[in-house]
Amino acid sequence: MGGKLGLDPRVVRKARRLAARAGQPVVDLARSHTTVSVERAVLRLAGVRGADADGIPWVNRLVDAVCADVGLGHGVAVPVFHAMRTTGVEDVTVLAQKAAAGSVRFAVPEKKADVAAARRLAKRATGDGLKIVDRRRAERERLIKRWGDPPQRPWIYLIVATGDIHEDIPQAQAAARAGADVIAVIRSTGQSLLDYVPEGATREGFAGTYATQENFRLMRAALDETSKELGRYVRLTNYASGLCMPEIAALAGLERLDMMLNDSMYGILFRDINPIRTFVDQRFSRQVHARAGIIINTGEDNYLTTADAVEAAHTVTVSQLLNEFFAHEAGLADWQLGLGHAFEINPDLPESFRLELAHALLARELFPDAPLKWMPPTKHMTGDVFRGNLLDGFFNLAGALTGQGILLVGMMTEAVVTPWLSDRDIALQNVRYVLNGAGNLHEDFVPAPGGFIRQRAHQVLGEAVELLEKIVDDTLLTAIADGTFGIMKRPADRGKGLDGVARLEASYYNPVTEALEA
Amino acid sequence: MTIVRPYGDTTGDGMVQLSFTLPVPHDKRAEGAALQLAAKMGMDPAMLVHAKQMGDGFTFFVVYGRVTHLVDTDQVQVVERDYPLLSAKEINAVIKRRVRRRLNVVGACIGTDAHTVGIDAILNVKGVAGEKGLESYRELSVTNMGAQVSVPDLVETARERKADAVLVSQVVTQRDAHLLNTRAMSAAFREAMPAGKRPLLIVGGPRFDELMTAELGVDRIFGRGTTPREVASYLVHALAGSPA
Repeated sequence: MGGKLGLDPRVVRKARRLAARAGQPVVDLARSHTTVSVERAVLRLAGVRGADADGIPWVNRLVDAVCADVGLGHGVAVPVFHAMRTTGVEDVTVLAQKAAAGSVRFAVPEKKADVAAARRLAKRATGDGLKIVDRRRAERERLIKRWGDPPQRPWIYLIVATGDIHEDIPQAQAAARAGADVIAVIRSTGQSLLDYVPEGATREGFAGTYATQENFRLMRAALDETSKELGRYVRLTNYASGLCMPEIAALAGLERLDMMLNDSMYGILFRDINPIRTFVDQRFSRQVHARAGIIINTGEDNYLTTADAVEAAHTVTVSQLLNEFFAHEAGLADWQLGLGHAFEINPDLPESFRLELAHALLARELFPDAPLKWMPPTKHMTGDVFRGNLLDGFFNLAGALTGQGILLVGMMTEAVVTPWLSDRDIALQNVRYVLNGAGNLHEDFVPAPGGFIRQRAHQVLGEAVELLEKIVDDTLLTAIADGTFGIMKRPADRGKGLDGVARLEASYYNPVTEALEA
Repeated sequence: MTIVRPYGDTTGDGMVQLSFTLPVPHDKRAEGAALQLAAKMGMDPAMLVHAKQMGDGFTFFVVYGRVTHLVDTDQVQVVERDYPLLSAKEINAVIKRRVRRRLNVVGACIGTDAHTVGIDAILNVKGVAGEKGLESYRELSVTNMGAQVSVPDLVETARERKADAVLVSQVVTQRDAHLLNTRAMSAAFREAMPAGKRPLLIVGGPRFDELMTAELGVDRIFGRGTTPREVASYLVHALAGSPA
């Protein structure tokens, strides 16, 4: 018996063991497949830049050309760098342009010496990309040392979402000055299903701004300016999710983003992306995040927006355990695991706040070294902004009481409008009041043995173990197909992006995976 | 008595509260500007009860005051429910008796909108607020296409499934996306199918004006707080006639 909830360490160990057994087949699946987006990420790290006149990135044109000639299963690294040797082209972006024009043919060389030479070139080129990622990580560590981390936990996480990067920047800077420690730029709602990453600075998006390398660079530079002014390193968040998650992970590493939304199942459940595509892309993107020193934010909070937050509480725990397993397998450390959970219980339910505390504390106790991401109410925000502000206050209090790591600031106008300037100010005032008045209350908050909160936490953990046992028996892919998470049914042979998945050939070579697994 | 005024704590006092932001730093002049706005909005007298600067150049105000306007409830125009609200049992029975086959319903979030909460609340078995969704009705055959469905895909699926009704949910309203998407959707159905063969077109979302059906080219608009039973009752009313 240990911690504030008296959880039985044997049950906790069992839960982790089951999560590993449930997750391992998916890891094996990921290791035996590649996707167009993984290969495009390799090319981005190898230095392919820019897009054609229609805005289609050269990485897409190049991967498509390689696929047309030799398929995807060998990986693109060897065919592309073999072609560099045979054509004498020295710039890989130029090669992509020539390939798009149809003037380059791709082949997998037969001679061992040719293969070795192509691998060597590919490794050198992608190594240069990884060196930039390493430099960015060192730069972050240096800047945090210079300007400092936020003085308090949880870190205050705020969203901007105008659709226009040049509007986002002043809003993000204003939010940081008003107290935000982490700025997330919400993406345009269409982006997760785009099978390419748009290029350049963008000024039009729906309910968010496109994730592009240039937008990343602009926002990071602006926040560096503000961090310097405030004497506090302000972190930047975006989304490594959707069909291009590996590429976006690579771009985040290249442009020193600090946190990325990156859930093992979100795309499957909520964007109907093919499960295999997602798990392959997931593993690669997490390996990149591990290398880049990026904190991932998982998306368990979303299950509770579709399923009932009390009935489905244990599915959140199960998903956290799976996300933890997949993250560790990909090389992420505990400090990089912003496991998600949310305050989504119907406030009309008797004891709803005590139930929230039980769930939040369970996550805290199960993952003591992870910076848990605590998400505000959305489902029961009704448009009654006064009630909404009160609910957000209780959400903030639950966050303080249970020692959450990252607190996404709730808006009383959730479900009404995209946040106004004044909504954000009122929301931050709410957070400041709670953290100022009760920020260290977690020191005193120890639920009574045998009491409601402890019992509820034990019950949820018990249900999580039962569900994990079932998942181990049925396999995770079947569980997903049956609607276990977020009540969305997603069979493994359906969903978007399946045509961009290939089984690895014996000759498959990926210099980036090789380096990241070394 | 059809003339009313807002109510603070006394009948006829006309008291309202208002909050807004002006893009000016907080000083005496800013407070005067806030009162000027309130006066122009018909608040007389207006009391400035709270003013707070946000960032460099903005101030948030809360104003209480009496408005001079009168409201005539006889002049109000709304879409009243013009069909009977039936129970799930009655709905199934009417379809069985009048249509003699299951009604086909296709639902989707179209355009870039990824918010399936609305369509799921209406369609999923789980439903909303304790009321089960359309999937739970024995006599309805429901296809939920989910989020970010393109209009051509929707038309194609509607054709394939011989849809009697198409339900479209739109939550995102930035730059009037909900209106643009809905118009594109209804135009596509008009183009693809002759008048008699077209499914019933229904849109729903928290920010639609229920009076805009003609303008948007749809048969019915459902607003905030609509329940699955209301939608099912409307389907029965429109497609099978009311129960005799």
